[in-house]
Amino acid sequence: MSEKRERKDFSNGPLCLSGRGVTKVFGLGEKKTVAVDHVDFDFHEGEFVSIVGESGSGKTTLSKMLLGLINVSEGEILFQGKPRDIGSGRKKREYWKGIQAIFQDPFSSFNVFHKIDSVLLDCINIRGGRGLSKEKKIEMMTEACSFVNLKFAELTNKYPFELSGGQMQRLMIARIFLLRPKILLADEPTSMVDACSRATILDMLLDLRDETGMTIIFITHDIGLAYYISDTVYIMEHGRFVESGKADEVILNPKAAYTKRLISDVPKIHEEWDLSTVDLKTE
Amino acid sequence: MKNTIRQVFHSSKFLVGFIIFVAILLTVWIYPFFNPGNPLEMIGVGTFAKPGTYVSLYDALNTRTETLRLPDADHKRVSYLLSDADRVSMLEWFDIMDIDVSGLDATDTDALLDLWFKNYDPSVKPKGMTQAKRNFYKRLDKSVQQIRMADTLKVMHPEEGELVERSSVTKTDYVNVGDVANVKALPLGTDNFGRDVLKELVSATGTSIIIGLIAGIVATLIGLTLGLLAGYVGGLVDDIIMFITNIFTVIPSFVLLILISYSIGQEQRGATVVALVIGLTSWTWTTRSVRSQVISLRSRDHVNLSKLSGHSLVRIIVTDILPYIASYVVMAFILQVSSGILSEAQLSLLGLGPKTTVTPTLGLMMNWAMLYSAHTNGSWWAYFPVILTITLISFSLNLMNTGLDQVFNPTLRD
Repeated sequence: MSEKRERKDFSNGPLCLSGRGVTKVFGLGEKKTVAVDHVDFDFHEGEFVSIVGESGSGKTTLSKMLLGLINVSEGEILFQGKPRDIGSGRKKREYWKGIQAIFQDPFSSFNVFHKIDSVLLDCINIRGGRGLSKEKKIEMMTEACSFVNLKFAELTNKYPFELSGGQMQRLMIARIFLLRPKILLADEPTSMVDACSRATILDMLLDLRDETGMTIIFITHDIGLAYYISDTVYIMEHGRFVESGKADEVILNPKAAYTKRLISDVPKIHEEWDLSTVDLKTE
Repeated sequence: MKNTIRQVFHSSKFLVGFIIFVAILLTVWIYPFFNPGNPLEMIGVGTFAKPGTYVSLYDALNTRTETLRLPDADHKRVSYLLSDADRVSMLEWFDIMDIDVSGLDATDTDALLDLWFKNYDPSVKPKGMTQAKRNFYKRLDKSVQQIRMADTLKVMHPEEGELVERSSVTKTDYVNVGDVANVKALPLGTDNFGRDVLKELVSATGTSIIIGLIAGIVATLIGLTLGLLAGYVGGLVDDIIMFITNIFTVIPSFVLLILISYSIGQEQRGATVVALVIGLTSWTWTTRSVRSQVISLRSRDHVNLSKLSGHSLVRIIVTDILPYIASYVVMAFILQVSSGILSEAQLSLLGLGPKTTVTPTLGLMMNWAMLYSAHTNGSWWAYFPVILTITLISFSLNLMNTGLDQVFNPTLRD
């Protein structure tokens, strides 16, 4: 995790998802809450974007709007440069072929009544692979599982709840690997996973991006993770983006007070650890 | 799934309820093989024959006899035939005649009769006693004398206008019940129309369970469909469904049940119609609870993922929502069956149950027993077994429900 990653510049690349004045208001009158307040953003194809903010800053509401699971109160979202139209059920389904998600809690992300095979088979069917031979389908599932370091042969006939949280989240990535959407929205995918699996999952997301060229929108409260993984960072406070830009610029040279606070809350993100006193030799 | 079922059968409450219910079902199924025929056939002419074994007297007289000399036979015969009312009347006579009865035990038949024969005089006219009462005492005296005196009964046979002695019966003649051609066991006696109560009860239990099942299925289906739609679709659909549900909740369903049953009319009210009416008035509770469960489920991530996978509304409801509330729905269904059976009993007791001539139901049996005053004339067998059966069915169903609750809501486990 310590090696420095090459960050690419996407700012001149083709647009994938953008927003103009996107707002979400819950409730009416005195009980009105503005969860997302007139935000603008431009996510480019193949870009790894992080949206960082505390709990309650509107990250998850924004992600649900991006996914089309809840309606936008005001403003508009553009998909590949054109205004997004998800008015009817069919158009929604068409849109969802291009965008997928990994959620925070792997334990509630799977239907406990479906076996792992059927979860992956479903993905192949969605991608139009219904007519493929059984051998071909198994080959595809095996490939997807090996991409996330899981053995498909060991997973057949198992239920998701028989796996650990980290394995489940990897299975989620295998699902995305099969679905190959244009955009992946990862809503705090590592926050409920043990620390050892965290780095593995992040690296897998990066590999996924490199392999498929999809845009990944990574939502997190941990600015350290965002710095490690992303090309572009958006900092969100009380429903607004207070700062955005290339990860190096934003985090190594923060301007907004909120960003500075977030950085100072992360233990030793900008200091080299002195490990010279630790005996790391094994017998 | 297999594991869940094993867990369910490890719950002692569920098991006990299940065994009772299955025993009732098996009885309903098997009993008609042993006692076939129409359960509403009127076999008795009088009303409310006591429970017991009935031996044809005619056939008994024509059966080969054995002579048994039992020492206490005479004593037993007299005390059996002298009813409690007769004993009280005798004591009244002694009282009127100022005869000292101190030290006399009214249950001691021999002492009572000795005193009677010593003191009774038909020619005495006690002051204030009506002629009718005096005639009553004359008849009582005569019958008591017969009990004591007659040693032999003659059986006469009419032949060409003359009575010819055919056989005689002495006090020591006995017949084997097994040799008598016609013996009828009526373990629960007969009801007001002279029908075998046990046979009627078994048939009625079957009908009532079917009524409960139909009512339960109808109520659960309506409640489940509306609850799923209201909970999952939300918005205007939810508002409309909940508006209707709230109206039905506010009007007491039993009042509604009475009004609907009354307006359908006696002739159209078969068992199925009554079951449907019960089902149509009792779905609100299921709707409300299914809706609240679905609302908590619909924002779960696996439902969102299913949406993102492009699955249709029906598929999401059937595969991603329904399995999660299935255990809950089964429990609601069991309760609906139980309350359906109780509702039928309540309706029938009011005389608004299924029409009375086709099939017996538990409620109808109670209704008949009440109309013919079984409860005031001491014919307990006409209504008590019915109450016991209703209680057992509803007890077993509720026990099963509690058992399931313990398995599916582990926090309730003791």
